[in-house]
Amino acid sequence: MSLRVDNLKVWYRTLRGEVRALDGVSFNVADGELVGLAGESGCGKSTLGKSLIRLDGRMRHVDGQVELDGKELPIWDGERMQGFRFKEVSIIPQYAMSAMNPTRKIGKLVAELLESRGERPAAVHDELLRRLALVGLEPEVLDRYPIELSGGMKQRMVMVISTLLNPSLLIADEVTSALDVSTQKAVAETLVGLRDRHVVKSTILITHDLSLVYQIADSIIVMYAGRLAERAPTDALVETPRHPYTRMLLAALPEVGVRFADRRLQGIPGSPPSLLDPPKGCRFRDRCPLAFAKCAEQPPFLEVAPDHFVACWKAF
Amino acid sequence: MLRLDGVTKRYRVGTFGSRELVAVRDVSLEVRPGEVVALIGQSGSGKSTIGRMILHLTSVSEGTISFDGADIAGFKGSRLRAYYADVQGVFQDPFSSYNPIFRADRTLEVLRETWFPRLGERAWRDKVEAALEAVRLDPGQVLGKYPHQLSGGQLQRLLVARALLLDIRLLVADEIISMLDASTRIDVLNLLGDLKARGLGILFITHDLSLGNYLSDTAVILHRGQVVETGPAERVFARPQHPYTRSLLASVPHLHHKWERPAVPEPAGESG
Repeated sequence: MSLRVDNLKVWYRTLRGEVRALDGVSFNVADGELVGLAGESGCGKSTLGKSLIRLDGRMRHVDGQVELDGKELPIWDGERMQGFRFKEVSIIPQYAMSAMNPTRKIGKLVAELLESRGERPAAVHDELLRRLALVGLEPEVLDRYPIELSGGMKQRMVMVISTLLNPSLLIADEVTSALDVSTQKAVAETLVGLRDRHVVKSTILITHDLSLVYQIADSIIVMYAGRLAERAPTDALVETPRHPYTRMLLAALPEVGVRFADRRLQGIPGSPPSLLDPPKGCRFRDRCPLAFAKCAEQPPFLEVAPDHFVACWKAF
Repeated sequence: MLRLDGVTKRYRVGTFGSRELVAVRDVSLEVRPGEVVALIGQSGSGKSTIGRMILHLTSVSEGTISFDGADIAGFKGSRLRAYYADVQGVFQDPFSSYNPIFRADRTLEVLRETWFPRLGERAWRDKVEAALEAVRLDPGQVLGKYPHQLSGGQLQRLLVARALLLDIRLLVADEIISMLDASTRIDVLNLLGDLKARGLGILFITHDLSLGNYLSDTAVILHRGQVVETGPAERVFARPQHPYTRSLLASVPHLHHKWERPAVPEPAGESG
């Protein structure tokens, strides 16, 4: 078991009270597993990703444990987490485009980063060159400034940097969203390559694009309003979704050949609830076409088929 | 209605403008009333430059853009204002289209000062409510709010409502859904579909091919500033002729159909 998250709660402090962005989330990620984490904006997926590596000043760890390779991750303790970041847990941030220091040549930037973590750059240099080749970058990029690279090249460079020390867990936050379709495909395949070559053990790919995550993930987690709605192996989640929210998310995706004039696709009416004071019971209740009296109680997250978990009273 | 004939755009780049960059080369296309034309291309293909030229935000180097037969290049003053009463644009990032220190509906109020200075309070409010209703926004939920209090979908729909207030005939929609969630995307697309049924012509600029196909009548595929393929959208998407269009379509992730996985060669001497 590579990653184990148990009843994790991380809230944001705001002037108007605490926003329960992550409110009791439990799941496991196996060694070598590539998990897609999907949901609408504001469902808590980026908060979950950030919580596993660095809580920012507004975030507060309220409850729950995280275990990586059998060791507890002290996510509430910024100082102690320093020993895990980059080496055990690493992230490709949402805006990889602007993640690199513009005033440094890329080679120097990488060297400084390694030294700050007590690594000797010379010891990693050969591996760095191999990794560049792996993602299709020339060694010359190390002598360039970030601004001299295209968006797709920057994205791949950040992927090389983030995974250079072979972290056990890689969090990729919306890494493909800002890219063109062909670059998107190359970046997605690079993520698979990093996993297949055992550079990283497990990967969490955060995205709102279900059709992309369907291409490369082994399993998919769907989040809604700070909680897990459904988790299943990729094919099961897409072919036999059990949660009404998952079904509606899938139905909102344009399929090949569907045209407005012939068949009108449906969005999900309404919007996610405010997490300042979230409603009791199932949080999807107000938007759910299947809601009934029982939904006033919070549904548990239960296994309904092998490795297929869902939090919906109608699915049990 | 809108016609581009051999439109080319050159930029001077480099130190002292020593080099020339051709962003758009010899592009011709037409948008008729009630027609959605999808202009599809990757970043740097020149698709946004074309949108900006149509909106008279950038000059045309060669060729002509005409609206109802009149060349727009010479438009200025009141003639340009009249053009903007017919043609409006909505852009990719709704968050940067608003001034964060003013309430979001000020963007509508500004229109009133310019275009409807003599309209009474009551008539104006009716007009605003009709426009909001057309984009399925609840006036109570959006009026008087600041941009940060609204979601991306709400802000984007408010921008479309702003364009509708003017009773426009052509909308230039530049990547208006790429920042939105899948479920909100479909709402905005359906909205454009309804507006099309009311006779609005739409130039739908996007890099996302799956969304281009859903709505459009005509597809124009742009590569490095040039049109490589054009035709009825259904034909272009079902039977692409140009190799570039085919490679683009093959990269689009679709549900129920996985990419072919490249065989991963065993790494030689990988330290792991």
